[in-house]
Amino acid sequence: MAAAEQTHQDRPLIEVKDVTKFFGPVVALTGVSMTVNAREVHCLLGDNGAGKSTLIKTLSGVYQPSEGEIRVEGAPARFTNPRDALDAGVATVFQDLAMIPLLSITRNFFMGREPAKRKGPFAFIDMKHADAVTREEMKKIGIDIRDPQQAVGTLSGGERQCVAIARAVYFGAKVLILDEPTSALGVAQTSMVLKYVRQVRARGLGVIFITHNVRHAYAVGDRFTILNRGKTMGTFAKSEISLDALQTMMAGDKELQDLAELEGTI
Amino acid sequence: MADVPAAEKTAQSEQILQKTRDERMKRQTRGRKFLQHPEFGALAGVILVFIFFGVTAGDSGMFAPDGVLNWSTVSAQLILIACAAALLMIGGEFDLSVGSMIGFAGMMIAIPMVYFGWSALASTLFAFAGALAVGFLNGWIVVRTRLPSFIVTLASLYILRGLTIALSIVFSNRTIVSGVKEAAGDSIIPALFSGIAFRPLFVWFAEIGVFDKLADGTPAVQGVPAVILWALGLAFIAHVILTRTRVGNWIFAAGGDANAARNVGVPVTRVKIALFMFTAFCATVYATNQIFEFGSAASDRGLLKEFEAIIAAVIGGCLLTGGYGSIVGACFGALIFGVVQMGILFTGVPNDWFRVFLGAMLLTAVLFNNMIRRRVTGER
Repeated sequence: MAAAEQTHQDRPLIEVKDVTKFFGPVVALTGVSMTVNAREVHCLLGDNGAGKSTLIKTLSGVYQPSEGEIRVEGAPARFTNPRDALDAGVATVFQDLAMIPLLSITRNFFMGREPAKRKGPFAFIDMKHADAVTREEMKKIGIDIRDPQQAVGTLSGGERQCVAIARAVYFGAKVLILDEPTSALGVAQTSMVLKYVRQVRARGLGVIFITHNVRHAYAVGDRFTILNRGKTMGTFAKSEISLDALQTMMAGDKELQDLAELEGTI
Repeated sequence: MADVPAAEKTAQSEQILQKTRDERMKRQTRGRKFLQHPEFGALAGVILVFIFFGVTAGDSGMFAPDGVLNWSTVSAQLILIACAAALLMIGGEFDLSVGSMIGFAGMMIAIPMVYFGWSALASTLFAFAGALAVGFLNGWIVVRTRLPSFIVTLASLYILRGLTIALSIVFSNRTIVSGVKEAAGDSIIPALFSGIAFRPLFVWFAEIGVFDKLADGTPAVQGVPAVILWALGLAFIAHVILTRTRVGNWIFAAGGDANAARNVGVPVTRVKIALFMFTAFCATVYATNQIFEFGSAASDRGLLKEFEAIIAAVIGGCLLTGGYGSIVGACFGALIFGVVQMGILFTGVPNDWFRVFLGAMLLTAVLFNNMIRRRVTGER
């Protein structure tokens, strides 16, 4: 029994095997492979147009792979829409966060999965319970919201990002895909989000962290996969690669020359 | 710890709260509370309008029982379609075919009754089924093509109005189909849609002197017209659905950001199509009420009502961009509309001024709503 559990834990949460994706004549992904384990932050690095967005949209069920295979906990998975992926425990926090600024935090938190309370033939939202859960979950990540009924629009960008992550975690995500969660944030808010990503990892989730900021990736990542022109350039553990080497890998040869001219690091 | 007095405990927690409170959040508190109620602006409008006509038309009979009946009936009619327009607007869409739908639904009831000899029940059910089908088609085209609902329903506005006139001419050779009351016979349908409720209660009110009696001994106000009950009932249902159920949250989500809503599993397509169908349903309730009230269907019924419904919803705090608004607000909007429309008649001011007022009111409401949205979303 213990042995079975052991193998179960060793099995990667997500395996991507030689996934390709064409849009008509355009080849967006040409054979991408990567794995994500539990308690791991796997950073997906790549410059613009490297295929990061296509890959995560494929993983989250927005697109279907043209070729190749995605396995979730060992079983082949074929998501036809984002809801399928959610049901399988693969939750994606897109850049737009799927948050509606004018709606309350609670209503956003439970959007699409509102807790219902039956009264005779009618079902109503259990708003009291929803408020309590929202407040509790936000408190866990160190954000004290006095009124869960306040509009999401009144929160800062980092707080909104954290609400979106907390929502995915609360609804049972095993794998969390974060699409450039720090790209629009200032320094303090970035560190708030990165701290929370670590906390999510400690809870046993696997995290795919998409970014083109190598510093942010290096701050939380356990492994790094570099994507270039629709191909994986390799996966490295943190112990195998330095920040500089990662930067160089990601930039490729051409950009490296430009960097030298700029007399600084980006 | 257990023997700490309650007062001291609250003082302690208050202190902790003071410490953790972010000084930048303070100034938003009052505004935020206010923002949670989109209907507040409309409520202020209602109070202003009542004060205004209380002063200028207080002695004209506007607030006598029959005067109240007068403007509350007009308001109730508008509430019927304003609630539907508000829900649809919160869901991120418009329906410009509401007015035409009223005319068309009227014909769908009157023509089968008068020319095919259908019963009142059969033709009313037929009209509701037909209207729901049109609503479904509107919604389906909008969702499928992703065209703006403005254009799609503008097309339905013309198609339905054209059909209404054409069918009326084909069958009756006029633009009015009359004889509905006779064709209905003693069916319960007319009473259901245009009857008067609580008649004995109002007779008793007249007996004890609450109301004046007419010369023949009947009370000046005979009861509550069915349209008021329909309006309040539908508004109540719409309000509960919007604020207390999952579907209500989906309506907000679909209007706020359809793509985001889809990504978290909200059935946006179904929600939007259902809203178009509900709008058509409400327009048909309006039409049925009028048909049995007047005993005829006219092809110009409901002309421009789509705009009145949208105006009432916007005055009530609905944003044109969707995702924000309330049914209570839309009802207040419709009430302002009805009171001003009738109040101007009571004060003896030329009726033309009604539109001037309406336009000004609409502009004020839109500016006010826009300011609220900016503040909530932090846009500049």
